[in-house]
Amino acid sequence: MTGTPQYSERAFADVMSTVDFRVGQRPHITVDTEVCRSCTTKVCVHACPADLFVPTADGGILFNYEQCFECGTCYQVCDADGAITWTYPDGGNGVVFHTG
Amino acid sequence: MTRDAATGDAGRGHTGRNDAVPREAGRAGPGSRSVTVDVGTDRDFDVIVVGAGPAGSAAALAAARAGRSVALLERGPFPGSKNVYGGVVHGRVLDELVPSWWERLPVQRWVTRRSTMLMTPTQALTVDLRAEDWGRPPYNGATAHRADLDGWLAGLAEEAGAVLVTSTVATNLLRANGSVVGVRTDRPDGDLTAHVVIACDGVNSFLAKEAGLHQGDDPAHLTLGVKQTLALPKDVIDERFALRGRDGLDLEIIGCTGGIPGGGFLYTNLESVSIGVVLTLPGLARAGVRPEDLVADLKRHPAIAPLVAGGEVIEHSAHLIPEGGHRHLPELVGDGILVAGDAAGMCLAAGIWLEGINFAIGAGMYAGRAAAAAIDAGDVSRRGLAGYRTALERSFVLADHRKLRDVPGLVLSDRMQRAYPGLVCDFAQSVFQVDNPRPKPGMRRLLRRSARANGVRMRDLARDAWTGLRGFG
Repeated sequence: MTGTPQYSERAFADVMSTVDFRVGQRPHITVDTEVCRSCTTKVCVHACPADLFVPTADGGILFNYEQCFECGTCYQVCDADGAITWTYPDGGNGVVFHTG
Repeated sequence: MTRDAATGDAGRGHTGRNDAVPREAGRAGPGSRSVTVDVGTDRDFDVIVVGAGPAGSAAALAAARAGRSVALLERGPFPGSKNVYGGVVHGRVLDELVPSWWERLPVQRWVTRRSTMLMTPTQALTVDLRAEDWGRPPYNGATAHRADLDGWLAGLAEEAGAVLVTSTVATNLLRANGSVVGVRTDRPDGDLTAHVVIACDGVNSFLAKEAGLHQGDDPAHLTLGVKQTLALPKDVIDERFALRGRDGLDLEIIGCTGGIPGGGFLYTNLESVSIGVVLTLPGLARAGVRPEDLVADLKRHPAIAPLVAGGEVIEHSAHLIPEGGHRHLPELVGDGILVAGDAAGMCLAAGIWLEGINFAIGAGMYAGRAAAAAIDAGDVSRRGLAGYRTALERSFVLADHRKLRDVPGLVLSDRMQRAYPGLVCDFAQSVFQVDNPRPKPGMRRLLRRSARANGVRMRDLARDAWTGLRGFG
């Protein structure tokens, strides 16, 4: 869009730092990077609203579960069987919204 | 009963059997499978409600008031902690459950301005309704934070006798002879049995999927909502949005999603505003755009930037929304199980109406009552619980969805999303543009010109207008 920015958008890492995460020991979502290597679209990379899917130089995917919104977007848009193993974090862990 | 007692009693009365299941089966996710158990006739609770959102708390409240023992499970540390919505709750449905609810509802502001904005990158046309009546009892809509709203509703269920158990994930359904007889939780010895399980476990609803009530996952009917809460002083909000006291604004926006089917919103809270976008998953997948960039674009738009200037992000959030409407509702009743709220796809995303909490509360209330009635009658089979579906069809919950079943498709259609905001803005601009010394052109000519400039044929415009009129009944 055009228009003159009237404020500067903070870096996304700063925006994510506003979110309360109670990080559990168990990675509740895991990614099989071998499966991802054969994926041509890698839709998860831009669709994940927390920006947690990072493409690696060798064509795979690096995933960090710690700042996950638990929304489900990634497994819904993923085309490949077995690429994403998705579960809720254990009770009490994970994202905690205060003004949701 | 205390929370500890609720879970401490769990696991008695049956022996669990871990069938051959994949490794994620002991967790709640798309790969979850039911666990077959041997049970007698005793149950830990009459009713187990999974998820202490609006549907779950209403279900627990209704079942507890009907004299039934109820466990209300919540996977977050407190109700509302996993939940995000745009920001407006319509409380009329509460009249039946909580007299004078407006005196107790944890409101940020009462919506007295309801605006709809069509925008292009350089234009905006707004229809703005102000209704003073909505700022006093019995009110209409209110902005509220989910942590407050959901906590209040869960508190009502507790007051009625339901046992709220937080920080507890219902990972699997327990089944005996095919019927649902409880849930496995992620607590030690955490199996809980009940006559009826009410799945209010949200948009991903792994329990309803496990019960076979959904026809598979279809991302086409899901949208992703991304929202930021921006802190601003109350007097600044009052001045910018022309509000007083507890009055508030509900602004819905079309044309702000970069061509991805969806929309935007801006709601005033007491000392913050909520702003965000809602995007269909297939549209987002195709576009290759990051959701927060669209929120940033919206915040930079000339019609929006002055309203949110200086607002500091105090929380960023995201959540899926089920927007398929009536055509894509799952089965709502199974043997020993009912589904309500987002888990049943009950968000109403019908263009000018964007509602969900009220549908969740209504469905939860009828589910709780139907569960209690079925237990009283001694038949919790699909047939015994069928009163739930009947009650929903007689109420606004399914009547509204049925009536507006064609609208979600129209609102998310390509023309509505890509062409009409520009067409309407161009038309309005040409109507008010003074081109002296040329005389004013006729309206019909301006409309044709605006349609052509936005790639819309007049007959498509007429057809969509007719579909809209018919769809809105």
